[in-house]
Amino acid sequence: MKLPTLREVGTEAKLLLIGIPVFIWTMIPIYHMFLFAISPKEDAFSGKLWPDHPTLHNFHIVFYQEHYFLRDFWIQFWNSTVIALAAGALTLFIATAAAFSISRLKVPGGRWVMNLALFTYFIPAAFLAVPMYRTMGNYGLLNNHWSLILAMVTIASPYAIWVLKQASDKLPVELDEAAVMDGATTLQLFRLVYVPLMMPSLVAIGTYAVLLAWNEYLYAFLLLSKDTDITLPVALGNFLAADDSPWELLMTTGFIYALPPAAVYYAFKRYMVGGLTAGAVKS
Amino acid sequence: MAITLSGSDTIPAPPLSARLTTQQVWGILLLVPYLLVFLAFVVYPVGYGLWLARNPANYVALYNDPIFARAAVNTLIFLVIGINVKMLIALFLSGFFAQQRPWIKWLSVIFILPWAVPSIPTILSVRFMLNPEWGMVNHFIFSLTGDDGPNWLNDPTVALTMAIAVHIWKSLPFWTLILLTGRLAIPQDLYEASEVDGASPWQKFRFITWPSMQMLYVTCTLLSMIWTLGDFNSVYLLTGGGPADLTHVLSTLGIRYLRLDQLSLAMASIVCAIPLVLPLMYFMMKRLSR
Repeated sequence: MKLPTLREVGTEAKLLLIGIPVFIWTMIPIYHMFLFAISPKEDAFSGKLWPDHPTLHNFHIVFYQEHYFLRDFWIQFWNSTVIALAAGALTLFIATAAAFSISRLKVPGGRWVMNLALFTYFIPAAFLAVPMYRTMGNYGLLNNHWSLILAMVTIASPYAIWVLKQASDKLPVELDEAAVMDGATTLQLFRLVYVPLMMPSLVAIGTYAVLLAWNEYLYAFLLLSKDTDITLPVALGNFLAADDSPWELLMTTGFIYALPPAAVYYAFKRYMVGGLTAGAVKS
Repeated sequence: MAITLSGSDTIPAPPLSARLTTQQVWGILLLVPYLLVFLAFVVYPVGYGLWLARNPANYVALYNDPIFARAAVNTLIFLVIGINVKMLIALFLSGFFAQQRPWIKWLSVIFILPWAVPSIPTILSVRFMLNPEWGMVNHFIFSLTGDDGPNWLNDPTVALTMAIAVHIWKSLPFWTLILLTGRLAIPQDLYEASEVDGASPWQKFRFITWPSMQMLYVTCTLLSMIWTLGDFNSVYLLTGGGPADLTHVLSTLGIRYLRLDQLSLAMASIVCAIPLVLPLMYFMMKRLSR
């Protein structure tokens, strides 16, 4: 075995000097959340790095809704799930149809629609939230799950259309021509040629929209207010209303809430990195 | 004769043009869902909002509201200092993650976590860490020095700095990943050639890496600025705009007015940001719509 040279050791040491702080910086807030989730209240508030008596009792309290702040936990979990999935499905439908129309059917004015969508993409979300709140009120949708679903679709679809259009522009035109030559109708072209070929991008975009809706706090907190209507992030924010908030339960609920998106992200990482970042950096 | 006629019928010219129009009809039909969403949830709210913000009295009220001036300054600090610090770190770390080492590969998987998890629980986690009495940070300071640590979120400057830090914590992985993709796209033989010529690491960065990445870097910086204008969570969930409404940024201020039922004031405060947003939007549209 060859011993590493002094220079190699030096390089490795320099890399570690960057890597270790990066690791600590990344993990501290997440570890702190996890620590609270497994700590009884007195341990959590004592600032220890590991609790004296680690316990899963907090999870028990959350799952059995045994606290005032958690009495609607499962309904809120359900609300988050339904809204995220509905927003994902609707975004996917709207964006796929639009991208197919613009990129493959070359509909007149398609470029124009693309620019409108891009314009929407660049409106800061918190700015649009203000008039959106009043608009939903005018439509009579406040405190209705549809308001949040539609708001999420509005925010997710511009980027979705853009990414899907970039991806479908790369498919060879000859495919469409061959299918049309064989007598395929436009719908068959869409269903049998376009959608199967676009699958990786569709998975990426569907995941993107679902995660966006699951993670959304501001719109959810503006548009929904009843305890049985709100989503989990709003419920988490509501913990702060009390001065003596049960922080160990807040962190436990937050930990449970953060697990599904993290799992989904890592499961679809292959698609996410290929499908989303490639589109974002095209220069 | 009849045969040739029927033969000429199969020449695809008339059916093709007929098909083209059905295709176009489909094309338009498939655009309708998005256009409906766009009209109902972008055009109408934006138009309505601008209409609400039309009264000059709103701007006088904003001008006289010290919280607004403070929020505008905070927003500029957040954008000009926060984003540039973040992008410089991302540029530096993209070089770190480009190193081929198994442990760096693993670290990059962990490094993406802040981006993959929702921001609400992690921001609240930081909020408690900074709690002056029970937070982990002050416990740590006490165990080291025997003195009580500062009341972090009670000082506007420190609180805003912490909000920027939280923002950086959350979005640094994303931008590092983007810049890493850009860096990995640079042909490796350029570096090999420069190695032969005896170039220093700084020269490699200066003459190879930076020229190929500068456009991407500028685009990312501007895009991040636009998004950060809409970053409500980092400030609201950490400081709530406090202490004494001194750490608001434009996005939280707009929502604050909205919660106080001063919708036209909320819209006016957003309209004030348009001179800042529109050039950024124009630039980004030009970059991305090609």
